[in-house]
Amino acid sequence: MHMADALLSPVVGGAMWAATAAVTVYSSTRVKQSLDEHKIPLMGVLAAFVFAAQMINFTIPATGSSGHLGGGLLLAILLGPQAAFLAIASVLTVQALFFADGGLLALGCNIVNLGFFPCFIVYPLIYKKIAGNRPTPGRLLTGSLAAAVVGLQLGSLGVVLATTLSGVSELPFASFALLMQPIHLAIGIVEGLVTAGVISFIRQARPEILEKAAADQPLGMVPIKPVLAGLALAAVLTGSLLSWYASSHPDGLEWAIFKVSGYEELDAPEVGMHHSLESIQEKTAFLPDYGFRETAEHESGRLGTSMAGLIGGLLVLLFGIGIGLLLKNLALPGTATRPRNA
Amino acid sequence: MPAKIDRAFYDIGHLDSLAEADTPLHRLDPRAKLLTTAVFIVSVVSFGKYEIARLLPFFLYPAVLIGLGDLPLGFLLRKLLIVSPFILFVGIFNPWLDRTVLLQLGTLDITGGWLSFISLLLRFILTVGAGLILVASTGFTTICMALEKMGAPRIFAVQLLLLYRYLFILIGEAIRMIRAHSLRSFSRKGSISFRVFVQMLGNLLLRSIDRAQRIHMAMLSRAFTGKIRVIRQFRFGYQEVLFLTGFSGLFIILRATDAVDLLGRLVLEISR
Repeated sequence: MHMADALLSPVVGGAMWAATAAVTVYSSTRVKQSLDEHKIPLMGVLAAFVFAAQMINFTIPATGSSGHLGGGLLLAILLGPQAAFLAIASVLTVQALFFADGGLLALGCNIVNLGFFPCFIVYPLIYKKIAGNRPTPGRLLTGSLAAAVVGLQLGSLGVVLATTLSGVSELPFASFALLMQPIHLAIGIVEGLVTAGVISFIRQARPEILEKAAADQPLGMVPIKPVLAGLALAAVLTGSLLSWYASSHPDGLEWAIFKVSGYEELDAPEVGMHHSLESIQEKTAFLPDYGFRETAEHESGRLGTSMAGLIGGLLVLLFGIGIGLLLKNLALPGTATRPRNA
Repeated sequence: MPAKIDRAFYDIGHLDSLAEADTPLHRLDPRAKLLTTAVFIVSVVSFGKYEIARLLPFFLYPAVLIGLGDLPLGFLLRKLLIVSPFILFVGIFNPWLDRTVLLQLGTLDITGGWLSFISLLLRFILTVGAGLILVASTGFTTICMALEKMGAPRIFAVQLLLLYRYLFILIGEAIRMIRAHSLRSFSRKGSISFRVFVQMLGNLLLRSIDRAQRIHMAMLSRAFTGKIRVIRQFRFGYQEVLFLTGFSGLFIILRATDAVDLLGRLVLEISR
């Protein structure tokens, strides 16, 4: 369910990065204001816990498959929404960097889908409403189930929307949604059961942990949340509108003469989170005479153009590999070799 | 499954040990590498969906970096392969759904769907590869520091760092739990039932929380103030400026113009 860079257009990815950056800054400020000190390492450890827990799989009865914990909802219950959001964001960052789950551009999408939805939408609006502060086992189970199912549906819808808006995949919105939503219904149910199970285990073994978490929560319940949600939504909408605009240019047709033209918006992702990078807007030159001349020729003319493109591309590729090999074999001055047996 | 965990454990450690090497690439300021990677990824994904030829020159960047940083190609390729299924799943429908013939090589008709599928794979290799190279040549701690220097909230940077510190401990803990379970469940071949699974997770969670408190106290008593320190000094010197502007400029030129096509025509002209 991790979104991947390759499926994204820069506009959609950039918009999601903007939304994520806004929520990260907001959450950090809130956590800094409200935090009693011991929570910082707790956040780190719980994030690592989610990571480790995802490596334990259990067997789903009567099927050959296995399930594991996603963790967004569980962290929100244990830490409160803002701290949980930061924790999940850090988990996803590590996954993107080390396991190549998703990618750097897609990180924004993934944090929104797997962090923002569970922590800021589903947890306060569904889990809290059903379960309350001291839930009965029944309410705990219903609350977790409902919250996890809705959270994963939102998340997978997010993947489908982002993919469709980016226009790289040919899958139509409806078919992709039909593929994704039912799978995530099942995943959501599992997630809900696991979350409820772990919470009630903790309640039996160490109730004071949950008491503490529940007591912290009023700090998280602030009226700024709707504003924030509005902000995130605005970013998403802007991105989607821009991308529709971009994809309304008939690239497909123009590619036939091997020329992608018109122009596309390029949004540089904000690598420094709120460090504002100037967004690059790059316009590709449209060379009308070139295109018309090629179409005027017959079939072989078209082939010639694309052959030229391919040959040029391959040449540069070979050149690149050559340079890479050369650099690798040529011991550069000051290059200490890495430990081979590490 | 335990094999999978051990593998993941090994992979993180391996990427980290790669980052400890001392090559020109490793010595570059992490901010330069981070920004260049960002420009690279955005340039790659901003191409039209049928683009193939103009993506090829972008392999120059990973090739040069792998050479400069003396990184193991096989290891990186294996990591790419592991994460490829989702992309294959989404992309494999393209050849089916888009059957307009866009290119003819002799008598062979190539449809738009195949072109966009190949293009998707190329993007996947390029973007994910660039990310892996960034980590393998920089290291996680250093990336965290760079993020903070570039304006990410301190709490988020510290959070990332702590997560990474604890990760090894907790994964080790999880591995031991699974091993203990599978040693005690001969007939079930190590498969974990839901009830047991929840109890294992609960236990892992409790141990984690206790450990967090102990570690935090230990850190406080060693004067931890929330500031991250690393030995390697950062300096955005002329090498960094050269790396950043050189590569970014190249990417933008490759994106904006059709240099590849020109080169190909030149070769065709000469060979004629």
